[in-house]
Amino acid sequence: MNIIEASNLTKTFGDFTAVNNVSFSVGQGEIFAFLGPNGAGKSTTIKMLTTLLKPTKGEVLLNGKNSLTQQDEVRKTFGIVFQDPSLDEELTAYENMKFHAVLYKVSKKGLDEKIKSLLEFVDLWDRKDSLVKQFSGGMKRRLEIARGLLHHPRILFLDEPTLGLDPQTRNHLWSYIKNLNQTEQLTVFLTTHYMEEAEKIADRIAIIDHGKIIAQGTAEELKAQTQTASLEEAFLSLTGHAIREEGATGLDRMREMRQRRAGRR
Amino acid sequence: MSTIYILWLRQIKRYLRSRSRIIGSLGQPLLFLLALGYGFGPVFKNAGQGNYIQFLAPGIIAMSILFTSIFTGVEMIWDRQFGFLKETLVAPVSRFNIMMGRVLGGATVAAFQGLIVLIISILAGFRIHHWQSFPLAILFMLLIALLFTALGTAIASMLEDFQGFQLIMSFVVMPIYFLSGAIFPLANLPVVLNYITRVNPLSYGVDGLRIALIQQQHFNVGLDLFLLSALSILLVAFGSYLFSKIQV
Ligand SMILES: Nc1ncnc2c1ncn2[C@@H]1O[C@H](COP(=O)(O)OP(=O)(O)OP(=O)(O)O)[C@@H](O)[C@H]1O
Ligand SMILES: [Mg+2]
Repeated sequence: MNIIEASNLTKTFGDFTAVNNVSFSVGQGEIFAFLGPNGAGKSTTIKMLTTLLKPTKGEVLLNGKNSLTQQDEVRKTFGIVFQDPSLDEELTAYENMKFHAVLYKVSKKGLDEKIKSLLEFVDLWDRKDSLVKQFSGGMKRRLEIARGLLHHPRILFLDEPTLGLDPQTRNHLWSYIKNLNQTEQLTVFLTTHYMEEAEKIADRIAIIDHGKIIAQGTAEELKAQTQTASLEEAFLSLTGHAIREEGATGLDRMREMRQRRAGRR
Repeated sequence: MSTIYILWLRQIKRYLRSRSRIIGSLGQPLLFLLALGYGFGPVFKNAGQGNYIQFLAPGIIAMSILFTSIFTGVEMIWDRQFGFLKETLVAPVSRFNIMMGRVLGGATVAAFQGLIVLIISILAGFRIHHWQSFPLAILFMLLIALLFTALGTAIASMLEDFQGFQLIMSFVVMPIYFLSGAIFPLANLPVVLNYITRVNPLSYGVDGLRIALIQQQHFNVGLDLFLLSALSILLVAFGSYLFSKIQV
């Protein structure tokens, strides 16, 4: 059985289609990379997979459970590291970890050691009692990652987890993830803009552009399909060299939406 | 249970860490108490209504609880904008428990703030008639806090950012305060005002506080207790429904 099953997912914001009739599946224990230019619809897809957004059309099954009708069951199966910040800045690093442990009912036995080893892993143990608002961007990112690894879900969603991290931490993180994947059959769904990372860690890759999946397969298959030597070249050949204005226009679109919504009230 | 507790604890920690907020939020009630209390004192006395500070203090306590409650409720908009809301939204815990933890935390903070204002009032000349009914006063403070934190949180579930907040202040919070009997007696009011004050939940909170603190009643304790509790429960339920509909 596939642990993630997305069929005909569509999400529209106003008259703009962010995700357009996307279908894919991820097998148990697989590492699946979702690649695409800025604004392609990666985060929106992850939000639909993780009950944060309601699909306009289509269906998501996580571990066989429906993301709309069995939200609690679905929430029990995954952990997530968001692309955008999601820490409580008024709490300390340790308190953020503790909060997460309680929400996810991580057993108290050995919890303190576990938090310690994760904070050591991301090199934040000596800052555990500092308020998060005093952290640098990279430190916050590392704390988000440590927190995401605190409970052991069946599926781990990583939305650009390595954004803004130094190469040491990145390598460190990926080998940790790979190890979890091998020892605990952890399924990983990740997005990243670092093609070498994806090539190195992912079993299978889907490339999404303008809300549509345009290619799927192993890194080797994608390279063969495009007759290129590296995943980066394959990616560029599939998505084109034009720089996406999506970042800007997308933001404008979002502001416009907000205003429209606020106006309605 | 543990979800409720950890969310409650979070609110308390955040409150205790924001000293400037604690002090800042005491300025307004103090100003009202001194300006209105001493300003209108003589007029009130001449009208045969007795000591205005005695009458006003419970109203000012209710006011500070109302404002703090709404504010801690609406704080959820911050959580949405800073992204922390996502962390609670994807957690495998019931939406009702999340709502409950938030509301209880905010309400504790607001009731505590009310208690501080009570102490300030006493320093400013307010006297509690019977200390035996002091626990009842605390109960009313908690109920007012609960009701309006639930209201604030429910409102916040529907707002994406702070743009709508000013509207809420002007058209919900201010009217609730001014039309509640907090600053004037409810007896012999014009018909329309009489009607409005009767549907305003804060009227019953203020009444309860006056009963407990100075043995002065307009409605009665039983009614006050019942209405405040029933409405709080309704609002928490309604709030968790709205909360479960949030998308980020
Ligand atoms: N709430 C929203 N309202 C309106 N438009 C939105 C909203 N959320 C996302 N969008 C738009 O949907 C499109 C896809 O956004 P998404 O965040 O999924 O992109 P992404 O692939 O994750 O990009 P990036 O690599 O930059 O993170 C963008 O054009 C974005 O502006
Ligand atoms: Mg994204």
